[in-house]
Amino acid sequence: MAVLIDRNTRLLVQGITGREGTFHAKQAQEYGTTVVGGVTPGKGGTTHEGWPVFNTVAEAVEKTGANASVIFVPPPAAADAIMEAADAGVPLVVCITEGIPTVDMMRAFAFLEGRPTRVIGPNCPGLITAGQAKAGIIPGHICSPGRVGIVSKSGTLTYEAIHQLTGLGLGQTTCIGIGGDPLIGTSFIDALELFAGDDETEAVVLIGEIGGTAEEEAAAWIKTSFRKPVVGFIAGQTAPPGRRMGHAGAIISGGKGTAAEKMQALSDAGVRVVKSPADIGKAVADALGATR
Amino acid sequence: MKIHEYQGKSILAKYGVPVPRGEVVFTAAEAQAVAERLGGTVVVKAQIHAGGRGKGGGVKVVKSPKEAFEAASAMLGMTLVTYQTGPEGRVVGRVLIEEGVAIARELYLGLVIDRSTKQPVLMVSPDGGVEIEKVAEETPDRIFKVFIDPGIGLQPFQARRLAFALGLEGPQVSAAVRLMKGVYDAFVDTDASLVEINPLIVTGDGSLLALDAKVTFDDNALYRHPDIRELRDLSEEDPLEIDASKFALNYIKLDGTIGCMVNGAGLAMATMDIIKLAGGEPANFLDVGGGANAEQIKNAFRILMSDKAVKAVLINIFGGILRCDVLAHGVIAAVQDLGVTVPIVIRMEGTNVELGKQMLRESGLNFTTADTMGEAAEKVVALAG
Repeated sequence: MAVLIDRNTRLLVQGITGREGTFHAKQAQEYGTTVVGGVTPGKGGTTHEGWPVFNTVAEAVEKTGANASVIFVPPPAAADAIMEAADAGVPLVVCITEGIPTVDMMRAFAFLEGRPTRVIGPNCPGLITAGQAKAGIIPGHICSPGRVGIVSKSGTLTYEAIHQLTGLGLGQTTCIGIGGDPLIGTSFIDALELFAGDDETEAVVLIGEIGGTAEEEAAAWIKTSFRKPVVGFIAGQTAPPGRRMGHAGAIISGGKGTAAEKMQALSDAGVRVVKSPADIGKAVADALGATR
Repeated sequence: MKIHEYQGKSILAKYGVPVPRGEVVFTAAEAQAVAERLGGTVVVKAQIHAGGRGKGGGVKVVKSPKEAFEAASAMLGMTLVTYQTGPEGRVVGRVLIEEGVAIARELYLGLVIDRSTKQPVLMVSPDGGVEIEKVAEETPDRIFKVFIDPGIGLQPFQARRLAFALGLEGPQVSAAVRLMKGVYDAFVDTDASLVEINPLIVTGDGSLLALDAKVTFDDNALYRHPDIRELRDLSEEDPLEIDASKFALNYIKLDGTIGCMVNGAGLAMATMDIIKLAGGEPANFLDVGGGANAEQIKNAFRILMSDKAVKAVLINIFGGILRCDVLAHGVIAAVQDLGVTVPIVIRMEGTNVELGKQMLRESGLNFTTADTMGEAAEKVVALAG
């Protein structure tokens, strides 16, 4: 089963003629994803690496039947690209772009209000369903189909978790990188709700980081509503306050958003919180052993 | 990006927010001249990018131009330590000379973007002049908020609601509505991430005045605000961090002895965490980005090794599609070119990982390889001594 993306996904690439767009469209296709074409305004009617290119998302959807879009356009145009995809009725929009102004995203999310489109990201590695399909930059070869869902604010730290799960033979269902920006389209809770309804996902790895209160909100929801085992890790236990740690959203401000608070909240909700990122896989193995 | 109080006030003033008359100066003589022009009591305020200046001796009320000269002489060049600067403090390079005003009430006003609702939230409190975090902790019912629809903007009824919650009356209410509208417009127009007026005062004659101003901007939006980029004060930033930013390296200096070089912000934080768990102290946060090409690695090494406290280096690169032989080649070249002598532990994942490791082993340089993050952290802590 898995969630959000699978063999039936028909993926559109916004920004397909750019370097990143081209590279990752090919990677996605090699992984088995059905990539139906791309959008680059002004290059409509041409083909790129064998894919049809369209001027608008609406036309691309009409001609290809795309049901998901992945965005690789530069930051000044990315919020607009998200809105265009939503306006064309694309149900799943994955925005990889890092560095979009917050005000632009705030307006984009206001535009999305009341529309059925789900946005993943921005500033995220995208998502992958092991053995089936991917939209984004998560390397396919480290994944193996299995039992564990991953939801994470981080990119390479997600790869680390995937790698550990693959090494232990546990594998993954779907891995969702929700992104490290202050405003993101899909929250930990949204992802957990999806995993709750997926029979193949037996356990979930939740990777958070300093800043904001999304992890605390997830903890409160897990406590009342989530029955599968969850392993949690929070990056930034040693991060100094008041400094933005790479991600736009990763900052401890006014003493709030610390790793300690988040780890405590998750622990209180029954999540198996590991202090070391090297222990994520092992903790999942323990959790699954205990539930068997 | 952070700016100084006087710069924040100047931006807000353009949007109709009332601020005290004043000027920034760089010398005591200028301070005296400005105080003479303003006349009467003036306030000398150290301009650094940190709060808590009053308690640290960075704010002084003086009665004459001569006293303004003396206060500015004492402040300029002093190292000001506040709860926000850390123990090393900040050197004061400029001071703001402002007219003294009679304070009847101290209020708080702040505007940020709320992550949960994805909307700007305008917050006020009748308890200004103290840290708002403290008010939020101890008397959260003393903070009043309105959430603003970004498509429509701040509406007068929302501003009025806050004005009444502040206990304002008569003409103060419409003045507060204008002030809040100005703050909101300034926030959106400049791509701010925070506007904070603390305290917002009611003066002796009943008018509103922004006595302090803290404005920070969204770094992601600076590309479209050349005028705001001009306000950056490099003397407020760590020289190594400035250097790193020129090469798209995300570097933050810390106090430990183990340098780290990692691709990705989350993994970079996690690497710091695991060093600490293994009994060491990270010397820095460093995200070299997704590419981690030879030039990036060389610049990263140069910056890492400028920190003389570094006793060993941990490189943790999870490449995925990155070729580890290319990475190894870049690391070897950088270490040779820069003459790096401290021990280096490398953990890498990606294609051709075995070839990469072999290249490192056969280089004759001071490399140790590790297969997992845990193993890498233990090794580097042992080598750092």
